[in-house]
Amino acid sequence: MIHTLTHTLTDPAYVLSTILVCALCTQITRWLPFLLFGGKKEVPRLVRYLGTILPAAIMAVLVVYCLKGITPLAYPYGLPELISVAAVVVLHLWKGNTLASIALGTVCYMVLVQMVF
Amino acid sequence: MKKTAKFALVKTIPIFLGYIFLGIAFGLLLQKSGLGVLWAFLISALVYAGSMQFALVGILTGGLSYITTAVMTLFINSRHAFYGLTFIERFKEMKKAYPYMVFSLTDETYSLLCSMARPADFTDREWKQATFFVSLFDQCYWVLGSVLGALMGELIKFDTTGIDFAMTALFVVICVDQWKAARTHIPAMTGFICGALFLMLIRTSNFILPALAATVAILLFLRRTVEQKMEDNNP
Repeated sequence: MIHTLTHTLTDPAYVLSTILVCALCTQITRWLPFLLFGGKKEVPRLVRYLGTILPAAIMAVLVVYCLKGITPLAYPYGLPELISVAAVVVLHLWKGNTLASIALGTVCYMVLVQMVF
Repeated sequence: MKKTAKFALVKTIPIFLGYIFLGIAFGLLLQKSGLGVLWAFLISALVYAGSMQFALVGILTGGLSYITTAVMTLFINSRHAFYGLTFIERFKEMKKAYPYMVFSLTDETYSLLCSMARPADFTDREWKQATFFVSLFDQCYWVLGSVLGALMGELIKFDTTGIDFAMTALFVVICVDQWKAARTHIPAMTGFICGALFLMLIRTSNFILPALAATVAILLFLRRTVEQKMEDNNP
């Protein structure tokens, strides 16, 4: 892990190319509707279906992606992550303030990994 | 000019707060990963996509391939492709500003532009200018926040262990919002189960591509069921 980290981040060519790939693909997603439906073409039903259901599905995959480092079978059993995620969910259901949920959840996690576990 | 800029400034106050804060979190995270102020500026100026930039830090530190980066970006930002549908006519009428309006259409700018109504004392030209300023100011806040965050990381030497949880928290918050708004939880559950399953099978960051592919395949397969559920729960 440490090896790959120093290898990739000290290589400005890799970092720059990755940023450019990311920027380009972001732009593809933003330009796509203007290029495809720029005229008065009807948006196909399948596209509308994907537009409705994909965001929630992708975000769920991303949450799993964020939690990929946890070790459920070894100390600390993913507890700092699970406690902090639960804190964010409860706080957000309760107050619904995006920034407060993120800030307090992050502070909670930082305290747990730095001082408790 | 003064009138339209002032209008845009007032309208963008909530986004100012959000972008400065999230931008700082991004800048700090990036700096902690070993990339400083200049990179923070470059990424926020060129990529300019909130949640994607957090994922990008993970991609860079993990040393993921260009292909994985491209596919992940297309998936994570695929929702942007649906935002544009709302603004096809309106942006095209903006002539010189049109490319920038499409370039900078983030989640937050999209929702703000959707909610804005033209004041009675605005001419057509003034209204277009105000719309452009909203998009421009939003990106300025984001770049400013990112640079501030990276600077803070360099100047203040506090223990930032665990700051990367800001990204997890952001995604969890978006998930909760979507869960509350959704008429069926099948898409979210599918994504979660596929993600967990492929992570257990593959055990590295590479699990994300097969997980996303499987999610889309299953949701296409379940289209009838999902559409029926959405129909039934339509308020």
